Amino acid sequence: MSLFHQDYQVQREDYANAGRVSSSIKSVLKQMGLNPNVLRNIAVACYEAEINMIIHSEGGEIELNIAEDGLLSIHFNDHGPGISDLEKAMSPGWSTASEKAREFGFGAGMGLPNIKRVSDEFDIETSPQGTRLMIGFRIQP
Amino acid sequence: MKLKQLLQLIDGTALTPYDENQEFNYVFASDLMSDVLALVQKDSDQTVLVTGLCNAQSLRTADMLDIGTVLYVRDKHVSDEDLQLAESMELTLLATRCTMYETCGLLYGHGLKPVEKA
Repeated sequence: MSLFHQDYQVQREDYANAGRVSSSIKSVLKQMGLNPNVLRNIAVACYEAEINMIIHSEGGEIELNIAEDGLLSIHFNDHGPGISDLEKAMSPGWSTASEKAREFGFGAGMGLPNIKRVSDEFDIETSPQGTRLMIGFRIQP
Repeated sequence: MKLKQLLQLIDGTALTPYDENQEFNYVFASDLMSDVLALVQKDSDQTVLVTGLCNAQSLRTADMLDIGTVLYVRDKHVSDEDLQLAESMELTLLATRCTMYETCGLLYGHGLKPVEKA
């Protein structure tokens, strides 16, 4: 049973709006009175994952969900082309980001390792049809 | 260090409304926002982000981490859109003509510390 659910859209290479979804999610959760340290971890993970979708994918959806058992989960489902080498992508410093992405301060190869570091739960599957990333945080039920 | 003293030290200007008595203890300097997101893990409200990356992403990065103050080096031009974004986030934007190296040297030499790694 879900206590809260919200869907967001992310467009490919939409650098002008990069981070808007994460700002919106942070704002919603702040109004709910989440612990500031937990909120910061959620914001960091969400922002990195949103940037990854904009830089690397054909676009997709972000779903925020809060379950009755106190698990806050965010799903990032994109429409491809997938991560060519997931093991390398999980290693700090490995990046396939474009020059454009680097102009915006990203593409250092820290995205997925950062996301995993700050999340309580982390699950990722990738194929040429798309990447599905789930990050979870234990908050007070 | 109070914000007023920091501005004097780097001959800086404030681009948004600010509290001259705001206190800082830490500095993180980078143009790589993933590094900022990875390494600023606590005391972010007492941290100044020093960067040459003058765009919305440095503002959003600061906002995600609850860093309240961003200092742009080398007299970068800030667009009206980014100024509005900073004000909507209640961020304090500062600017200096100093280079990143000069800025960091001055702030370090006057007692501001690197962020503490968790």
